[in-house]
Amino acid sequence: MAFITPASAADKYDVIVVGSGAAGGQAAYTLAMDGARVLMIEAGRNYDPRSETPMFQTNDAAPLRAVGTPDKAFGFYDATVDGGWSVPGEPYTNASMEHGREFKWWRARMLGGRTNHWGRIALRNGPYDFKPRSRDGLGFDWPISYEDVAPYYDKVEMLIGVYGSNSGLENTPDSPDGCLLPTPKARIGELLVRQRGRRLGIPVIPIRRAVLTQPLDHRTIPAKLHPGNAKAQRVLAEDMQNRAACFWATACGRGCSIRANYQSTTVHLPPALATGNLDIVTNGMAREVTLDPAGKATGVAYIDKTTGLEHHASARAVVLAASACETVRLLLNSKSNRFPNGLANSSGLVGKYIMDTVGADWGGQIPILENLPPLNEDGAGGEHVYTPWWLYKEQIAGKLGFARGYHVEIGTGRGMPGGYAPYLPSSGGRTTYGARLKQDARRYYGSNVWLTGRGEMIPNADSFCEIDPKVVDKWGIPVLRFHWKWSEHEIRQAAHMQRTFADWIVAMGGTNRKEPDPDGRKGIEPGGSIIHEVGGTIMGAAPATSVTNSWSQAWDVKNLFVADGGVFASNADKNPTLTIMALAWRTADRILDQMRKGNF
Amino acid sequence: MNTPEPIRIDRRVAIKWMLTASAGAMLIRTPSFGGVAPETAASAAGRPATGYGTDPDLVKGYKPGDLWPLTFTAAQRREAAALCDIMIPADDHSPSASAVGVTDFIDEFVSAPYPDNVRDGKKIVDGLAWLDAESTRRFGAVFADASAGQQASLCDDIAPEEPANPDLKAAADFFKRYRNLVASGFYTTPVGMKDIGYVGNVPLARFEGPPADLVERLGLTDEVKW
Repeated sequence: MAFITPASAADKYDVIVVGSGAAGGQAAYTLAMDGARVLMIEAGRNYDPRSETPMFQTNDAAPLRAVGTPDKAFGFYDATVDGGWSVPGEPYTNASMEHGREFKWWRARMLGGRTNHWGRIALRNGPYDFKPRSRDGLGFDWPISYEDVAPYYDKVEMLIGVYGSNSGLENTPDSPDGCLLPTPKARIGELLVRQRGRRLGIPVIPIRRAVLTQPLDHRTIPAKLHPGNAKAQRVLAEDMQNRAACFWATACGRGCSIRANYQSTTVHLPPALATGNLDIVTNGMAREVTLDPAGKATGVAYIDKTTGLEHHASARAVVLAASACETVRLLLNSKSNRFPNGLANSSGLVGKYIMDTVGADWGGQIPILENLPPLNEDGAGGEHVYTPWWLYKEQIAGKLGFARGYHVEIGTGRGMPGGYAPYLPSSGGRTTYGARLKQDARRYYGSNVWLTGRGEMIPNADSFCEIDPKVVDKWGIPVLRFHWKWSEHEIRQAAHMQRTFADWIVAMGGTNRKEPDPDGRKGIEPGGSIIHEVGGTIMGAAPATSVTNSWSQAWDVKNLFVADGGVFASNADKNPTLTIMALAWRTADRILDQMRKGNF
Repeated sequence: MNTPEPIRIDRRVAIKWMLTASAGAMLIRTPSFGGVAPETAASAAGRPATGYGTDPDLVKGYKPGDLWPLTFTAAQRREAAALCDIMIPADDHSPSASAVGVTDFIDEFVSAPYPDNVRDGKKIVDGLAWLDAESTRRFGAVFADASAGQQASLCDDIAPEEPANPDLKAAADFFKRYRNLVASGFYTTPVGMKDIGYVGNVPLARFEGPPADLVERLGLTDEVKW
């Protein structure tokens, strides 16, 4: 079994997985390693990170010095294929383009989806994050708790490889021994940020990212992850030895040809394919989940993008892992007499409560960091340190004016020069040039610090997606229309971020060129633009108030599961990917259990 | 995606500007950039320019002109190179901008089909035309043929971000935008990266972090203990 065409698909699989990113990759991995026969349907093309990743290319070898364009919004070398804020022939619409009402949707049409380019920040949700309503009366509690997910966080960390350390800080869970890899040393600017943050009462600790700072322990981890399963252990041990540790060069957003960081295509799919239990159809655009007369899912109808022809694949169970909003779209487009408003939508909540992360940032030029000697600070291709949310007590006491926290991602300045030359400040209102410019560039390069706030958004009834009644994509499939609105909690949180960061810049000896606007509407990034969209098929304790149950299983269709971020009942400040994987593993375990019991 | 045609300014526009400038004053009234209708032209060879698409080969190397036709005329190119080297001249550390291909990058930038490039590219091309017209008006020679001192005096008039003469504001904006483009082009080359002190992009067995003496000098010794 391997990469196949629709014509060579088997008559029936145990499980169909729609999507191949963090959720689909993890679900397919867990299922295939345990012997289930799996068909994965991916809407994008096949993608091979080993041969397609630009590992050492300098920006002058790219068109336009590799800066972003409408074709490659995050820059030429960003790993995203056939995607970005727009996908040719596959539109989405917004009910309003007013400031603060727009939603931006980043998609990738490639094997592995957005895992190929993601920031690799791999934070666990904490205990509060699963029970936010119990804590402050807002949003929804999940029907599961941290303890339910913790064993899966452990397993995912061991499988994908995460560097980080235990801090013991509030709602910032430690990992058991053996889960984490050593943290890289901090860069010079990160040390300064830490020192000056401490003076403001802001902690700075090692971040957690899915990058191998040393090879994974292939002798012990496979047995911990797959007890009693000799084949899975052998397959994984072999595959782990083919992943190299980071060689401290090349930004992770390009992907990684040596498989040092996590992407679905380098970590989940190779061992899953090696079991022989996984078939993958690429260029397959899922259109509808099909049902039998009893209301059980029978499979997925999909369009082969290479021919335009529709095919159908059958399975005992269907896992939707297409990304939160694409999964919503697929459900709402799967209409039947039994489900006239879309599949699994008896609650009317499919598409509701879409959440992104609150984003606002602030940067400054720091004189202490001027004129440093040349230093190789490429490091692990991303952040080495960060600030977890630190004001829980003030917040619960009602002192902040907003209900949920944020973390801070810390960027310092000695990366590979790109096409924007930020190290050239204006000097006395004059555009410097000539010999002075060259002196300035040497002086200022590396002296910028960038503080990026990433905060929790509370779900609200005004942020949702639905089927646009008029617009279809190039395959004739109706597309999504988004509605968006921030609450005062998010807006005040964004203002708090920028105020805090501006003070931090001053504490580092820098000067703010302007003061942050006290109105957070000015600083908050548009909805969707942090690319942490979750919700739309939220899990809950009862069918009337949620789409999925505590196993991410559709209340209405017992052999239909959602493995992506759609099931999130809240969107903690922690980046969602690690939690998506942990839940996908847990869901796949449940599917295996139910199949063994003959429940579908 | 829209793929508008690249915009080039005709020499006639520049001459028109020159003729409308009031003669005599040292700081003449300068026509505003926005007041001049752009003259669009299809790319030099009449080929429609398109972008690189959403799935370009990321591994191969590209040089300006590989993906869309370059559009500078010989005279524009000569002027652009002269201005590149005023922005970044050769010094003891590194060569000038034009010596490492930055002129080609500017041409690639103004010729690119993307909306931002079309918009900014017009500013650059208009600005180069203005600079030539102004140089001709002041010195009787196009910018590339003016003396170093003449070039410097002209640049110094448009280096202030808010020039005393508001008629020079568009020229000042052009000057800054051009400067930033030149710096982007230069410091992304291996020569520029070395000059600036970027020493990464090489595989390492270990990441050692900053050296202890530097950490100490900046007063950060306590911070390396976690």
